[in-house]
Amino acid sequence: MPARPSWIPYALIAPSVVFLAALFLVPLVQTIWLSFSAGEGLSLENYRRMAGDLNFALAVKNTFLLTLVVVPLQVVLALGMATMVTKLDKGRDLVLWVLTIPLGISDLAAGLAWLALLQNTGYLNSALYALGLIQGPTGWLSQETPVALFFAIVLAELWRATAIVLVILIAGLQLIPKEFAEAAEIFGAKPWTRFTRITLPLLKPSLQSALILRTVLAFEVFAVVYALGGRNFPVLAGEAYVWQNDNQNYGVAAAYAVLIMAISLAATAVYLRALRTRPEQLP
Amino acid sequence: MALPSARRLLLWTGLAVLIAWVLVPIYLVALGAFGGRLGVFRWPKSIWPSDLSFAAMSQFLAIEGVFNALVNSLIAAGLTVVFSIALGAPAGYALARYTFRGQNAYRLLVLLTRAFPLAILALPLTVSFIRIGLYDTPFGVSLIHTVLALPFAALVTQSLFMGIPREYEEAAWVFGCTRFQAFMKVVLPLALPGLAATAIFAFVISWNEVFAASILTVRERTLTAYLLRILAESPLHYRFAGGFILIIPSVLFIFAVRRYLFAVWGIASK
Repeated sequence: MPARPSWIPYALIAPSVVFLAALFLVPLVQTIWLSFSAGEGLSLENYRRMAGDLNFALAVKNTFLLTLVVVPLQVVLALGMATMVTKLDKGRDLVLWVLTIPLGISDLAAGLAWLALLQNTGYLNSALYALGLIQGPTGWLSQETPVALFFAIVLAELWRATAIVLVILIAGLQLIPKEFAEAAEIFGAKPWTRFTRITLPLLKPSLQSALILRTVLAFEVFAVVYALGGRNFPVLAGEAYVWQNDNQNYGVAAAYAVLIMAISLAATAVYLRALRTRPEQLP
Repeated sequence: MALPSARRLLLWTGLAVLIAWVLVPIYLVALGAFGGRLGVFRWPKSIWPSDLSFAAMSQFLAIEGVFNALVNSLIAAGLTVVFSIALGAPAGYALARYTFRGQNAYRLLVLLTRAFPLAILALPLTVSFIRIGLYDTPFGVSLIHTVLALPFAALVTQSLFMGIPREYEEAAWVFGCTRFQAFMKVVLPLALPGLAATAIFAFVISWNEVFAASILTVRERTLTAYLLRILAESPLHYRFAGGFILIIPSVLFIFAVRRYLFAVWGIASK
């Protein structure tokens, strides 16, 4: 093969590098800059206003609580789904299609779908009424029912975003050689042992990507919350939106964005350390 | 491997529950979308469709701004597809066929874009977009959606091109094709279905995005941005109509790309 002119790959990646520099790296630096500038010069004024805001502590608490409840549940649910689907021989494609439908549904639309179910005169209340558990239309999504609202958001998030974990895990399962499990079976390993000793360790890289992706996105949660509860359940990204759009204060909005980024990066670092795979452990 | 019948029954019961879990909310939002104003307040509700009509839906579509928002969503998503393929596919090809210095740095740049919240990009872009006249245009929205879709396009096309043997291209060179001709005549036709799947993904990413679209538009809103804006003051049946319109394309898209879904994410999640 003739020696390749070495400029070709650079010419091929150049447009995307220029694009990402202009629309990713520059805004990234600008946001950090914006968050530290108030009036003249650098200051922590925006962060002070953010932390002093009435909704701040609540938004931090709610965002963390949601992430801590939703992400582990999603991983367990997706592992269960993936195990069930791999046992199928007939109808596998159809089942997988249905289970992955939420992947294409936006957080806003997911919130609205669950609103149909959970609103005052909705289907959940109709069912509870039929069972004689409530007397009439009852509100679950108001400020007075923070716990019910929290569970409603958890349900909608589980519904919407478990599909992505499922897809990543199934893609990972396909990479595990069948011989491993077969060998273990021959040596008498029970299904549960095979799962915890072979499948799970080999699935670590996929679990890691799924966890990172889902955690980062969970800290950005916004539209589901807004569709179900309006501003009754403050979250970090929602506060950034409100400060930018309603209060027209870009500095405080930027401070919120930087906070979300810092939390996301910290979580990513934790996952990378905790789920490290040494090269000799790879199949 | 045949399962014992008791366990098979258990398996299918579990799957039936999961399938219902996915489909029921979609069904219910559809009932809400076609039930109209009266349907929304009916009490207690029945899960069977009764007096459905297109009236509610057509009323929703006739509200000033909805049709425009729909068109804006389509334009933004269409442009996102064009940009992310035009920028991402060459990069994917370079990653698949060449080893070059800076390859890993490039991969890192691409992966970084997925670890940062969108808010951090959208906020300062508002200021720059106002200055250069891109603010409140579907074009401006599509640029930031491309930041989301491009990493995806680059990684997926990389795996796509790796799956097409290099020898095919080399054979074409031997027969006198230039690199470019060989690519167009040999590689492109083989890559086309995968590229189509990538395009659909880019479309869905843009179609569904809420935060950036809401911040970067005022009058030329996309459908998601429009719905978010009117959410607080619009009646329930309009919200359900909007939600249903958002869901339908997604269901079809996932059906269209279902074969590629796992290959695509196996690569993209590495």
